[in-house]
Amino acid sequence: MNLRRFTLISVPYFWLLCLFLVPFLIVLKISLSDVALSIPPYTPTLELSEGWAGVRDFLSQLDFENFRFLATDDLYWKSYLSSVQIALISTTICLLIGFPIAYGMANAPQEWQPTLMLLVILPFWTSFLIRVYSLIGILSQEGMLNQFLMWIGIINEPLTILNTNIAVYIGIVYTYLPFMILPIYATLIKLDGSLLEAAEDLGCSRTEAFWRITIPLSKAGIIAGCFLVFIPALGEFVIPSLLGGSDTLMIGKVLYEEFFANRDWPVAGAVAVILLLILIIPIVLYQRNEQKMMEADK
Amino acid sequence: MLNSKTCTILAAAVLTAQAGWAQEVRVYNWSDYIDEDLLAKFEEETGLELIYDVFDSNEVLETKLLAGGSGYDVVVPTGTFLQRQIAAGAFQPLDKSKLSNIGNLWDVVQARTETYDPDGNYSINYMWGTTGIGVNVGKVTELLGEDAPIASLDLIFNPANMEKLAECGVHFLDAPTELIPAALKYIGQDPDSKDEDVLAMAEPVLAAVRPFVQKYHSSEYISALANGDICVAFGWSGDILQSRDRAIEAENGVEIAYNAPTEGALMWFDQMAIPVDAPNPEGAHAFLNFILDAQNMAAASNYVYYANGNAASKEFLVEDVINDPAIYPDEATLATLYTTTPYDAGAQRFVTRMWTRIKSGT
Repeated sequence: MNLRRFTLISVPYFWLLCLFLVPFLIVLKISLSDVALSIPPYTPTLELSEGWAGVRDFLSQLDFENFRFLATDDLYWKSYLSSVQIALISTTICLLIGFPIAYGMANAPQEWQPTLMLLVILPFWTSFLIRVYSLIGILSQEGMLNQFLMWIGIINEPLTILNTNIAVYIGIVYTYLPFMILPIYATLIKLDGSLLEAAEDLGCSRTEAFWRITIPLSKAGIIAGCFLVFIPALGEFVIPSLLGGSDTLMIGKVLYEEFFANRDWPVAGAVAVILLLILIIPIVLYQRNEQKMMEADK
Repeated sequence: MLNSKTCTILAAAVLTAQAGWAQEVRVYNWSDYIDEDLLAKFEEETGLELIYDVFDSNEVLETKLLAGGSGYDVVVPTGTFLQRQIAAGAFQPLDKSKLSNIGNLWDVVQARTETYDPDGNYSINYMWGTTGIGVNVGKVTELLGEDAPIASLDLIFNPANMEKLAECGVHFLDAPTELIPAALKYIGQDPDSKDEDVLAMAEPVLAAVRPFVQKYHSSEYISALANGDICVAFGWSGDILQSRDRAIEAENGVEIAYNAPTEGALMWFDQMAIPVDAPNPEGAHAFLNFILDAQNMAAASNYVYYANGNAASKEFLVEDVINDPAIYPDEATLATLYTTTPYDAGAQRFVTRMWTRIKSGT
């Protein structure tokens, strides 16, 4: 085989192996183990010094008990469901806000575009954590938002936003909006304007042309943006724990509790494996879709 | 909480890069728990570089210890956690020949910490305190009248009181190991029970007042109470006393009082220990010996308003620490204080699950 081609192909696979497959196998292994009061807090651990007998002994001690346990308590599926709901709603809001922004950017005069792009990326120059903390200051009872709303006279009593699900939505949408805007902008900027002119020449109204030309041609960007928001939002831990209330149920928090409060790494591992499965299914579907599209393009 | 955690992760990353650097001592202690002048003093006296990180939950510390390779030389778990961590093999025995000041320890406290660490082989007491009720006196008497039960668990576990207090804000510790024993004590059960049937009795007590609790958090109440954002906190003695002090300094008209519940309060002990894989055990012993020094320990207590386990330090304590019964309880109060022992894995899961159910309603 051609060496150059082999190297080119092996780079992404090596990447996948090191940063995805190996960590996943470690988590999977922990999820099949049992809790123990030791360092590390689970058993068995792999004894490579004992050779094959050690490996066989190790494998025989693994079981799916922790996965069965997850099915016995409704906390887990309720948390998965609630996480999916929060992630879906946040993604939708991001799309509704992000698309018009990306559209506006792509249609702005050429010389403005680098500046607009910079403005979207600018928040990343501040630490994510500091931005979430400052949201606490904005959303709290005596926070800037309430003070502003009371000053202009819309409300008389301060609204309770912090420590509710609304604050979680605000946090997620605010944090992940750039991930929605950038891929959509990237596809819109490449859109051939003559197609829209042709559509208008052929009798399409502007709105009709938007739905029939712009939207389908920016689909790849929309899908990429949705994934970039949905996937991290689903497992989000920092935002719900800082902005959410104690009744905000998200799988990231459950995972944290298993790991830290129960010291049950195996169950925490099982929760993580299932979370990954929930994420992988839409990604695989997307990949297949992409592939089909690429084949169609040929 | 999270910012300190991130700092720690960063610190840990830096540490690994510099492993074997014997001139550094890395200490992992609770937040707001030392007079920072002492840190500079330690560096000056020993010539060692001190890296001081903080946490605000035993669980975070425990996870780091059990994962191994935490990179810390000195850690400060609470007694109940320490006991389990000793069993897991997380600590190295102290070399008492390197602790010339160990004679300063107070036998009264030693006798109690023996439950967790027999003969003090693995740890020295840093500070101890009670878990109790902090109130904004003005606001609470305004809502509940002059005879408000500010020293009784009735204030925080009676829904009738809590309903009124919800208006001005109530915070509880986010720690089932503190709240469940208190709830059991309130209904006259054994606060140290491990029996699931008994533990389950705490749930209705805690669930009944759940709607009136603004937040479960283990450090935010210090400033919230001092600023007047909340009027009641169920928290740790010294934290509430620090909050009282901050309010006095700010001259904002907020008057904070701390009381160990008359029904009995949980007494806890924070112990300094050396992880089994500490990169610099020599430096760790130097730090422990520095802390065991009577004047240093007194300086720390004078600063954070917690009692310590150092008998020799008493003469250096300021008036409003040594004579404050909220810090050094009198004999009568001392008799009502109780201690707890660690939950086994089954009871722990039961308690955590119950705690999630109480907080989230699921």
